[in-house]
Amino acid sequence: MRRLWMQFKKKDAFRDAPAGRQNADRSMLRLTYLVVAVFAVMIFYEGWFLTVRREDTINNSYNARLDGFAERVVRGKIVAGDGTVLAETLIGEDGGEIRSYPYGSLFAHVVGYSTMGRTGLEDLAHFYLLSSHVNPIDHTLRELMGEKNMGDTVVTTLDPALQQTASDALGDRRGAVVVMEPDTGRVLAMVSKPGFDPNTLADDWNSLISPDNTSGQLLNRAAQGLYPPGSTFKTVILLEYIREHPEDYNNFQFECDGCYEEGDYSIRCYHGNAHGTQDLKEAFANSCNGAFAYLGSRLDAEKLAVTAKQLLFNSDIPVALPYAGSAYVMEEGAGLWEKLQTSIGQGRTQITPLHNALLAAAVANGGTLMKPYFIDHIENVGGDRIRSFQPSVYGSLMTAGEAAVLTEMMTEVVESGTASAVKSGLYTAAAKTGSAEFESGRDTHAWFIGFAPAETPELAVSVIVEEGGSGGAAAAPIARKIFDTYFSR
Amino acid sequence: MINLSEFNQNMIQNILHVYVSWTRYLLFFIMAFYTYLNFRYFSVDEPGKKKICGRQIRLMLLLHLLAYSVLCLNTLDPAVAAFYGLQAAFFLCFIYVYRAFYPQASRLLVNNMCMLLCISFIMLARLNYERAVRQFIIAAVSAAFSFIVPAIIDRARFLRRLAWLYGSLGLLLLGAVCAAGSRSFGAQLSLDVGSFSVQPSEFVKILYVFFIAAMLSRSTEFKHLVLTSAAAALHVLILVLSKDLGSALIFFLAYLFMLYAASSDLRWLGAGLLSGGLAAAAAYRLFSHVQNRVLAWRDPWSDIDNRGYQITQSLFAIGTGSWFGLGLYEGMPWKIPVVEKDFIFAAISEEMGALFALCVLLICLGCFLQFVLIAGQIKDLFYKLIAFGLGTVYIVQVFLTVGGVIKFIPSTGVTLPFVSYGGSSVLSTFILFGVIQGLYLKTRETAGETE
Repeated sequence: MRRLWMQFKKKDAFRDAPAGRQNADRSMLRLTYLVVAVFAVMIFYEGWFLTVRREDTINNSYNARLDGFAERVVRGKIVAGDGTVLAETLIGEDGGEIRSYPYGSLFAHVVGYSTMGRTGLEDLAHFYLLSSHVNPIDHTLRELMGEKNMGDTVVTTLDPALQQTASDALGDRRGAVVVMEPDTGRVLAMVSKPGFDPNTLADDWNSLISPDNTSGQLLNRAAQGLYPPGSTFKTVILLEYIREHPEDYNNFQFECDGCYEEGDYSIRCYHGNAHGTQDLKEAFANSCNGAFAYLGSRLDAEKLAVTAKQLLFNSDIPVALPYAGSAYVMEEGAGLWEKLQTSIGQGRTQITPLHNALLAAAVANGGTLMKPYFIDHIENVGGDRIRSFQPSVYGSLMTAGEAAVLTEMMTEVVESGTASAVKSGLYTAAAKTGSAEFESGRDTHAWFIGFAPAETPELAVSVIVEEGGSGGAAAAPIARKIFDTYFSR
Repeated sequence: MINLSEFNQNMIQNILHVYVSWTRYLLFFIMAFYTYLNFRYFSVDEPGKKKICGRQIRLMLLLHLLAYSVLCLNTLDPAVAAFYGLQAAFFLCFIYVYRAFYPQASRLLVNNMCMLLCISFIMLARLNYERAVRQFIIAAVSAAFSFIVPAIIDRARFLRRLAWLYGSLGLLLLGAVCAAGSRSFGAQLSLDVGSFSVQPSEFVKILYVFFIAAMLSRSTEFKHLVLTSAAAALHVLILVLSKDLGSALIFFLAYLFMLYAASSDLRWLGAGLLSGGLAAAAAYRLFSHVQNRVLAWRDPWSDIDNRGYQITQSLFAIGTGSWFGLGLYEGMPWKIPVVEKDFIFAAISEEMGALFALCVLLICLGCFLQFVLIAGQIKDLFYKLIAFGLGTVYIVQVFLTVGGVIKFIPSTGVTLPFVSYGGSSVLSTFILFGVIQGLYLKTRETAGETE
């Protein structure tokens, strides 16, 4: 290429041409440089697309080409971090393929299925499962013999012991649990109840999707279930209060007689408990509705909306699985009743258990949210690593100072407040419970969000038990079992 | 009990699959070598150049043979083999007849024309056999028809005096399409003449370059430039009204490039770019189909069923094909709407590989560089501007189609010259290359045998 231009320039210089023509040649040369530069950028872009963006782009259910791969590749395995097989394809005597899920319903939502459409990791990792990285000679020989090659194995971040513990602790109740590492974003467990057995999905399909079925077994409640956050939302209100009163939030005081009245409205504490004189930390630890209705309704509504947005309400959350978007909908000029209700996590605010887990994880990680992820690495059938996934930062949801104050307050919830169920000699936990009303006459949804150890967090947990009653009594013990399992290793 | 014939059938299938998956590497290496020679050409002496061109012909024929062996094995249709024979005969005829009549012509350009047509015949036969046959017939007729073009350019002395004929004929044709043209994909592009559908803008491109060259070579004084600019702007305006945005962009950039070459004045270039930017902004606000194209480019994923369908299918094709491609018949290029025309580059990339497709791009770029080099050797400003203007027209079109297919820029719906299916496109590109060859002949005559 360089010589080409040398030639071009040399010709130009040595010819005794009129000045106008030389100018024209110089202008043409400049424009030609421009064209070559633009093409170079375009080729570079194509290279970038093929190296960086390729896999995420083509792993899409609209890409029918991947289905063609299945004719030549046996769908690979999905395994837990410790190698436990979560999904594999069994080949029968007659060559027929059956997708088998050894743990039945235990991982049903997060691992998903690939028989009646695709969900969960079966969908997320579809491309990897149908790519085969066996060595080229084996590959060719097998193809000559008409045998399929084995697809790659997807090694997840899931921890079977924690998944089992969470599932057992939830029992037959409806609800969801999310467990993740705050400092990496690795998701260790994701449970949704009621579940279904992916092994018998085809047979059960009609009853599962029947309009008479109100259980919603196929719904991944952890990521797609929207619930009122109840008192877990006091974490958001608390953060906003600290932001608006950075100097004197410790001077806050409130007299609780079990029922706070303002204007025509009254806000009752859980079971009408009178908490007496409460400072901010005590009001948070005891989840005093009166105190939070009082201080919350006096916050700057615009700033509160900004904080909610920062905490990923009404926004995309960085999760590859399908999820429902959490909503914070207090409009400008909202009435007093709505302000009071929103302050205690009722109102029209809605959140998913996964999003609540992300908030707990962000507090635990000094305000920085790590992107949650499910796939640790991909390996070929021989166990050679093909591709690894690294933790990545999503961004900062709050300052480290704010996260430290929230951690201190949440630790107090465990020490002396509503989350005493997770108080343990093994670790110090930080948490917030919630008991969210959703329909009058029915028991509240029980919430728990928290992390442990409070000083150097290793685990963040979000639990919801539908109609479970109080968060402290129904949800916190589930978190306790998860923490105990993890920290007694 | 094993059914023997069924067993054989399967075995053939398996062997074929393995054959296809290995030939794609071979195809790429042949292509890469050909492309390398394309640039190597410029740094050797005259006998070396001849040797390189001979080697290129052999590589092209080898690639053609290899690809058609896959096509034949897949279709098991003797007609495909016969079709292959015809094509090979056409290429040899074209190359040697050209050499006989125009011994001074640029062999490199002749080779590149054949290579691009060869890729077109391979890809179209794989996508749609009937269209491949049609394309072949059109190419053969166009080749014969455009054979006299170099001679005309070389001999005719009156070409520079016909400025207003080029201009008015071009405007008339564009105006006719705009007024009466049939609608195709939201844009009015073609005129029906008998059973043929002709896209006049493909031919007006060449008239337009002649017009601008004639005007600019006459004078670059302010008054004259305003007149020329107004006439050029009128061309672009009609194209925008016909919703033929790709052509409008090509015409616009060709004018800017030629204006800068003729005047060497950056202020004109700046003024042109500024007015072009303003016009683009206005078009974006006025026309919903402009907005659609831009939106489909910025985020095709949110509207993958409608607006984003074509570009996402194209990206799936390119991404799934990856560097070396899936192999001929192993992909699903038909999933991309209008794959034979505007999106042929995606089909090549999917089945023959992105590296192969990039070689095609480099061959196109090589043609452009050859055009510019020829322009540089011409002394007469009129012919110089024609060579450079046609080069611009050609390379901008390549940029628009490839950039649109890989989502580098919004899709503008233009064809890849010689490769895409389409009669008007093939014939006009033959004429374009013919004109360049004619200009090359001129330089050889004046420079004697020094080149």
